Amino acid sequence: MGKTLAEKILAKNANLAEVSPGQIITARPDVVLSHDNSSAISGHFEKLGVEKVASPDKIAIILDHIVPAATETYAKGHQKIRRFVEKQGITHFYDVGCGICHQVLPEMGLVLPGTVVLGSDSHTTTHGAFGAFAAGIGRSEAAVIWATGEMWLRVPESFKIILEGKFDKWTSPKDLALAIIGNIGADGAIYKSVEFCGRGLRQMDIPGRMVLSNLAAEMGAKAGICVPDEKVMHWLKGRTAKEIELVLPDDDAEYERELTFDLEKIEPVIARPHTVDNVDLARNAGDIQVDQVLIGTCTNGRIEDLHAALEILKGRKISRGVRLLVFPASREIYIEASLDNTLAELAQSGATIMNPGCGPCLGAHQGVMAPGEVTVSTANRNFKGRMGCPDADIYLASPYTAAATALTGCITDPRDI
Amino acid sequence: MKIEGKIFVYGDDINTDVIFPGKYTYEPMTPEQMGEHALEDLDPDFVKKVEEGDVIVAGKNFGCGSSREQAAISIKAAGCRAIIARSFARIFYRNCLNSGLFAITDDKIQADVNPGDKIEIDLENGKIAVGEKQYSFPPPSPEVFGILEAGGLIPYTRNKIASEK
Repeated sequence: MGKTLAEKILAKNANLAEVSPGQIITARPDVVLSHDNSSAISGHFEKLGVEKVASPDKIAIILDHIVPAATETYAKGHQKIRRFVEKQGITHFYDVGCGICHQVLPEMGLVLPGTVVLGSDSHTTTHGAFGAFAAGIGRSEAAVIWATGEMWLRVPESFKIILEGKFDKWTSPKDLALAIIGNIGADGAIYKSVEFCGRGLRQMDIPGRMVLSNLAAEMGAKAGICVPDEKVMHWLKGRTAKEIELVLPDDDAEYERELTFDLEKIEPVIARPHTVDNVDLARNAGDIQVDQVLIGTCTNGRIEDLHAALEILKGRKISRGVRLLVFPASREIYIEASLDNTLAELAQSGATIMNPGCGPCLGAHQGVMAPGEVTVSTANRNFKGRMGCPDADIYLASPYTAAATALTGCITDPRDI
Repeated sequence: MKIEGKIFVYGDDINTDVIFPGKYTYEPMTPEQMGEHALEDLDPDFVKKVEEGDVIVAGKNFGCGSSREQAAISIKAAGCRAIIARSFARIFYRNCLNSGLFAITDDKIQADVNPGDKIEIDLENGKIAVGEKQYSFPPPSPEVFGILEAGGLIPYTRNKIASEK
């Protein structure tokens, strides 16, 4: 019997001939990532009774969650991390301003097909876009990996999601990902490895695939892996000196569930408060007045997303009373969007251009909401209180829909602009 | 290990933002301080009523959302000793065990119980009693049992590293 992508990658990592769902293996992650929470992780690490981390070159720390530090407390956390990095000789440290961990890691060539990435962040699934097995873990687990280089993993069952066709203009991978979550539910893929494949995937660019893998976390998935191809090789060119080997699933692999989605049938959608699977057509939103629009985050803060927003906003002004916040996901993207004038043109439309980072997505700074307010966000979570206020509403949408909404002041299908 | 207390009942898809709001995640806090915020945006009465040994019974996908470990730690620090849910989000499930908080998957209990009912859980033997009603679950593996007994993954690993030296 053939093996799925997750099974093949985990077998290779654990140095076993083959593995099967349910089996517990000892994984030696190729990269373990953490961010501002590295302060707490270093506290756990210090309790373990070891002096040095096992492999300083396999640890990646990116400061992205509350950057620049909003309070003295956060500043002390960052300071503690910098001291730990220095003391331990950690190779891959990216300080304030480099960008969001899930964007910076691939940009630095640290995510390769067929490898295992574990991260103390639930959206670590994003790295599945490169054909890696990437899963979120907790802080204690990250500390134990720092100390030992190892972590137990249960080999997950796999779902296969076959993508057919091409997107219509004004629809995007975000609409597809939300449509899938609306279809299978926020717990539809708990513990599973979701494998994306098919002609629809092959024609999708890497940033689009990152949206799918990112939002696999919101299906409950352990990993969301896109079957890698030459587009991955091309994207990584010049970013890594390591030899790249594409690990592919077997043709006769066994999947617990198979679903097919036709990209042509996908329409602009939103996820209404307060769950990501509360999905409806943007056109059915009704008259929902919006106070704030957020374009950015590890889901939709890439150059393609900023360009999508500009397609709608170019030469126009956003609606009076709407605050439009734009967060490029990394410095690389910030520079590209500066050089091609995207940031200036978005600012001319009324956008506030912010620094690379997670922004207000986690509700700590840079655009938290007041009671009764409504935000349309390109992020991945609309939970109650997510953006700092339990009495505010968050709607999730694509960059096209978010930009169209900023223009009119109420939730708007981009096809209606 | 035996757990005895009263039951709190909650629904489906209880996410980590209502369990432990994101605005606190990068505040350095002791477990006791985290415990003061447990379920803050879901049930503000929880921290006022919870006592040592109490148990949460909930629906599907409990703990979905962020990987923040404080979600599990805050519930444990508040006094709760176990969560029984129809299903758990996977990172939260791992965080529970790694924090020394027992997580049991069961799809029957939620329909049978009421808030405040008395519950007894026998971990070694995989048995749960609520009044006259009895339920069973697969007891934890020796490794998981070791983690729970040690009080979490960190003390468990520390002991393991010390014994290997």
